[in-house]
Amino acid sequence: MKTTHRFVRHRPPRALPAILAALAALVLPATALADYSWNFPPPVTPIARDTLNIHNEFMLIITGIFVVVFAIMTYSMIKHRKSLGHQPAKFTGPTGRLQWIWALVPFAILLFIDFVVMGIPAFHAVIEMEDTKTKADMVLKVTGMQWKWQYEYPESGIKFISNMSTPRDQIANKEAKGENYLLEVDNEVVLPVDKKVRVLITATDVIHTWWVPQFGVKRDAVPGFLREIWVKIEKPGVYRGQCAELCGKDHGFMPVVVRAVPEPEYAAWVEKKKAEQEAATAGSDKTWSKDELLTKGKDVYEKQCAVCHQPDGKGMPPAFPALSGSKIVLGALLSPEGKLIKDSHVDRVLNGKDGTAMQSFKGTLNDVELAAVITYERNALGNSKGDLIQPAQIKALR
Amino acid sequence: MAQTQAAIETTHHSNHSHYFVPQPSLYPFILSGGMFLLALGFILQMNKFSPGGWIMLAGTGVILTVVVRWFGRIIHESQSGSYREWEDKSFRYGMIWFILSEVAFFAAFFGALFYVRNISVPDLLTMLPRHDFTLYPEYKDLVWPASGGGPKGIAFTPMGAWGIPAINTALLLSSGATITWAHWALLKGNRAQLNLGLFLTIALGVTFLGFQGYEYYHAYTELGLTMGAGVYGATFFMLTGFHGFHVTLGTIMLIVVYGRCLKGHFTAERHFAFEGVAWYWHFVDVVWLGLFIMVYWL
Amino acid sequence: MSHATTAPHETKHDAQHDTHYPGGILRWLTTTNHKDIGSMYLTFALIMFFVGGAMILAVRVELFQPGLQLMQPEFFNQLIGIHALVMIFAALMPAATGFANWQIPLMIGAPDMALPRINNWGFWLLPPAAILLTLPFLLAVFGIGDGALATGWTMYAPLSVQGGIGVDFAIFAIHILGISSILGSINVIVTIFNLRAPGMTMMKLPIFCWGWLITAFLLIATIPVLAGAVTMLLTDRHFGTHFFNAAGGGDPILFQHLFWFFGHPEVYILLLPLWGLMPHVLATFSRKPMYGYKAQVYSFIAIGLLSVVVWAHHFFTAGLPVPALLYFMYSTMAISLPLAVLFFCWIATMWKGAMSFETPMLFAQGFIIMFGVAGLTGLVLADVAADAQYHHSYFVIAHFHYALFAGGIMGVMTGVYYWLPKWTGYMYDEKLGKLHFWLTAISFNLTFMPQFFLGLAGMPRRIPDYALQFTEFNAISTVGALILGFSQLIFAWNIWQCARGRQNGLTPAEGRAWEGAEGLEWELSSPPPHHSWEIQPDLRQPDLREPAARGA
Ligand code: HEA
Ligand code: HEA
Ligand code: CUA
Ligand SMILES: [Cu+2]
Repeated sequence: MKTTHRFVRHRPPRALPAILAALAALVLPATALADYSWNFPPPVTPIARDTLNIHNEFMLIITGIFVVVFAIMTYSMIKHRKSLGHQPAKFTGPTGRLQWIWALVPFAILLFIDFVVMGIPAFHAVIEMEDTKTKADMVLKVTGMQWKWQYEYPESGIKFISNMSTPRDQIANKEAKGENYLLEVDNEVVLPVDKKVRVLITATDVIHTWWVPQFGVKRDAVPGFLREIWVKIEKPGVYRGQCAELCGKDHGFMPVVVRAVPEPEYAAWVEKKKAEQEAATAGSDKTWSKDELLTKGKDVYEKQCAVCHQPDGKGMPPAFPALSGSKIVLGALLSPEGKLIKDSHVDRVLNGKDGTAMQSFKGTLNDVELAAVITYERNALGNSKGDLIQPAQIKALR
Repeated sequence: MAQTQAAIETTHHSNHSHYFVPQPSLYPFILSGGMFLLALGFILQMNKFSPGGWIMLAGTGVILTVVVRWFGRIIHESQSGSYREWEDKSFRYGMIWFILSEVAFFAAFFGALFYVRNISVPDLLTMLPRHDFTLYPEYKDLVWPASGGGPKGIAFTPMGAWGIPAINTALLLSSGATITWAHWALLKGNRAQLNLGLFLTIALGVTFLGFQGYEYYHAYTELGLTMGAGVYGATFFMLTGFHGFHVTLGTIMLIVVYGRCLKGHFTAERHFAFEGVAWYWHFVDVVWLGLFIMVYWL
Repeated sequence: MSHATTAPHETKHDAQHDTHYPGGILRWLTTTNHKDIGSMYLTFALIMFFVGGAMILAVRVELFQPGLQLMQPEFFNQLIGIHALVMIFAALMPAATGFANWQIPLMIGAPDMALPRINNWGFWLLPPAAILLTLPFLLAVFGIGDGALATGWTMYAPLSVQGGIGVDFAIFAIHILGISSILGSINVIVTIFNLRAPGMTMMKLPIFCWGWLITAFLLIATIPVLAGAVTMLLTDRHFGTHFFNAAGGGDPILFQHLFWFFGHPEVYILLLPLWGLMPHVLATFSRKPMYGYKAQVYSFIAIGLLSVVVWAHHFFTAGLPVPALLYFMYSTMAISLPLAVLFFCWIATMWKGAMSFETPMLFAQGFIIMFGVAGLTGLVLADVAADAQYHHSYFVIAHFHYALFAGGIMGVMTGVYYWLPKWTGYMYDEKLGKLHFWLTAISFNLTFMPQFFLGLAGMPRRIPDYALQFTEFNAISTVGALILGFSQLIFAWNIWQCARGRQNGLTPAEGRAWEGAEGLEWELSSPPPHHSWEIQPDLRQPDLREPAARGA
């Protein structure tokens, strides 16, 4: 689609053409504009290209039907009016062979359009889309959770969380909005170009939907089940999408950002990530000072917890309880013999609470982050329990 | 068509024959109010807001009072001859379509049972082969009903078909027979047989409910089979529970009709109330057969 | 059961007729008269239309530009879902039931609806349900619970299992609305089967009644399934069941199957009565018998049957197996065939007529064109591959507002303008009517046409805030919505004025309010007598007009 390149993703279309288009839209069906800037963003995978072509073809077809059918209607409205003294006919149905043919032709046309012109390409597209396994080069596991994505590379053991990085002040109109407003994250997913990536999708709490428009794929992340799609990105670049299934309060704020890079660059990135994770887990064996834990804990809290419990820890009761002065937080840390106490602060953070937005962080945070954030919650946000927990202790609890 | 014939007849008996349009009535409005209270109370109750229980009680009170009064009024109208063939036909159509809507309601739960048995549970069991990756390493090669506990479901012993359920099947089937027997009696004007037949039907219904209650007790106390016992427990209790609820309603209606028979209501030609309840009873009967096969047996 | 015994009772009953009726508010609380009940349904629908509209206008204003201006996301999520439920269950469906109550007895020569007290109950269940839907907003203000249903009208588990007290309120609201619909449907079916004038065979039944008959069947088949679904939701929420929870072997997708088994037929439930209305209006103002009566009846039946076997096209992206995807795609596309027949008949009804363009005709023609857009975009949505892009984007929002507003609400407006003279006995203000039409038609497209492009460009639905490249179209859409919204005040005003026709010295309407109007309802005076057809017209006598016969 050459024309679609006119679609400049990061700069919004100027107001004037937009308004003109909308006015045009009043007289034209939406579809008449389909080939211009307001179509799908440029496709970068085989599936996206298919989808776009199918879409364009269908839009032309239905525009055609629309124009034909309503041209006839309009003609009648103009010609057969009382004001022109037109005498009403009396027929109530097809009479005679010719009229029957007239009546059945559009029917036949539609039949043909539905099941041949539209049906056949659709069939092939579906088959291709669902064939995730043949010649797959690698696997990416995506886990949706309120309200962030976790990405996992089983082959190379990489695993990280990706949060929206747009500052809350921009959303609250307190500061100017950046160009990727709401479509930017702290950790982008990095994928190699020209490789068939099998994407396994699931969720931990409610249904989310993983969607990158330029990939032409969209699949629900269903808690407790696995779903599969595949992407084969054909050109390097950064591709942005959003969670597409209402998943609660911050559904609008869990973007998907994929950076597609050439093979070698990808390999380098993998090594770097691995190293980082080594470092992080290594940290869990050394004993940490309270201040270290508090500083680390603060930024973990702001990334992971502040969305619901609020930066000041006051929460949004009843849905999201306050941590400041919370009984659970100020309860005992561990049992005397260092075991986990049911429904204690540590238990909540590690294992979450079923049926609520409070998820299990055991799988998503490492020992250091867990120890840090727990310590922080007990000694900040207006709490001053005084005690602290070491990463090593968390490790022991796993 | 048949129903037009009815209309034609009535228009021709006398050119002044009217369809019976009841006088204005406040019952529907109050009944809706009662239902509102009941719903509101229940919601507050479930979410642990104190007045809930009392509001529910009030709602129930209102509903019961209105229902009794309203049906009382209908019986009065019926006895004072406001209803003739034409109205009677309306009631019959009405009852049939009401029962059909009930069928659709049960269909939802049978559908759920079908779905979990044939789709969701197998999906969970075969996750590894289908995705060469699984979220439940420990959950595999089980068969229904054992698999009905789900990957993290609690252990339970499923309910066997050939104990109480089989007895209950016998009970309900024979109750279907007795009510038909009573109907024949009504048609040939044999009052004694009519009353006996109805009485037996009610007795069978009550016994059924007794056994059902015992079965639940047994399930909860000895089998560890609870509503929380995975989808097996969920579908088991929702299906049998709603069925039991309908049997209860049916029994109550039968008791009312029985009372009316003792009072000598109904004639061989005109006895919609009796027939409507009979239809309802047969419906409950058929649903049970479905339950016995789908839930207990297979 | 001989007449001897009833006759005295009957005459007594007749003699006292009009003395029996309480006045004032009691008249409305207690009425068993199909016209009173019809009027209550219609009034209720109009009020709730404004309530639901006001909610979404707030949403549109929030979406005027990026960033959060008016409301927090939680509240936004509550508004959209309640907007939908109010508009569908408390505005569109009651409006259609109001039509049924007013018109079916008039059209088939019946004295009233078959089960008048049930009829009254059916209506009075609505206000409690509407209160249950909206009460949580108020309670939240007093710190009870955290507001209304925040899951969108589809209430997908597990989000709805996790949700707050608002979900429970919605569940019971739906139960009560469901009961009301079932009662209404039973009444319609029984009335049509049992109270038709002698000689009016099913194939002479006015097509509006046919549309409603199929609607009633669909309601009885699907509403209970929805009731079952929300009941399972309730037990999952409060009684520990695992219907929608994988941990216990359940599946969130099960809820979607159950919901859409109701949800898709629901969209035809909403439009079938209006598809039944269109031919009457078109025939009237083309002064020409309707085209293809039988073809339309069979299409209605076909649509009814197809509608219950296509539901999964609402969750193509949920990960269904390939055979299921293909089956639901093709079966969905098949629905376009009977609808093509309807469109064809509508146009053929106007063809070579002598058209004049009073307000009802304008709305009818606007309906046809804009519902055409809805239907044709529906057709492409049915394509699995393309739907992977459209799904849960504003493209869908645009599609179904063309169906629900341009199809549903504008269809209702067609009926209101068409029958208002019959109901009130006075002609409404034609100028205002035309103004209302043009404002509505234009601002409607201004509101929703841009949403097609938003969807294509990748804007997801149900988000309170959006990326910058969506700004312009959203701004346009919001402006359109405001014009659209406030234009509806003209509608309300026009009806109010017409209802008080005498005080306003409007021209009284004749029995046959429209020159070209055919059918029993037009044989009666405007407004019709208290008991519409105390003596049934006998259509077996050739001299009497037979409504649909002309179209048969
Ligand atoms: C009254 C409401 C209404 C109606 C009538 C329809 C009609 C149709 N709808 Fe729509 N739909 C909705 C209301 C409606 N819909 C709603 C509310 C949703 C979203 C729910 C939610 O998610 O919140 C939705 C969503 C929706 C989806 C899911 C989209 C998604 O979420 O991904 C799909 C997919 O297939 C779909 C398809 C269709 C089809 C095929 C029809 C068909 O019936 C259309 C048939 C009509 C035609 C095909 C036009 C007729 C043909 C002509 C114009 C004549 C020309 C032909 C000749 C004479 C040759 N609809
Ligand atoms: C019959 C159904 C119906 C109707 C009539 C409408 C009418 C309208 N809808 Fe609605 N809508 C739905 C059904 C309907 N909608 C459904 C099913 C959804 C999906 C919800 C979900 O995702 O779960 C939806 C969602 C929806 C969205 C998407 C929200 C989101 O996904 O984030 C939007 C956004 O623009 C929207 C807009 C509108 C507008 C502008 C109107 C206008 O037509 C409204 C016209 C305005 C008025 C009639 C208001 C009049 C009020 C005044 C003049 C102010 C004075 C006030 C008083 C006097 C009280 N609707
Ligand atoms: Cu996650 Cu929406
Ligand atoms: Cu649909």
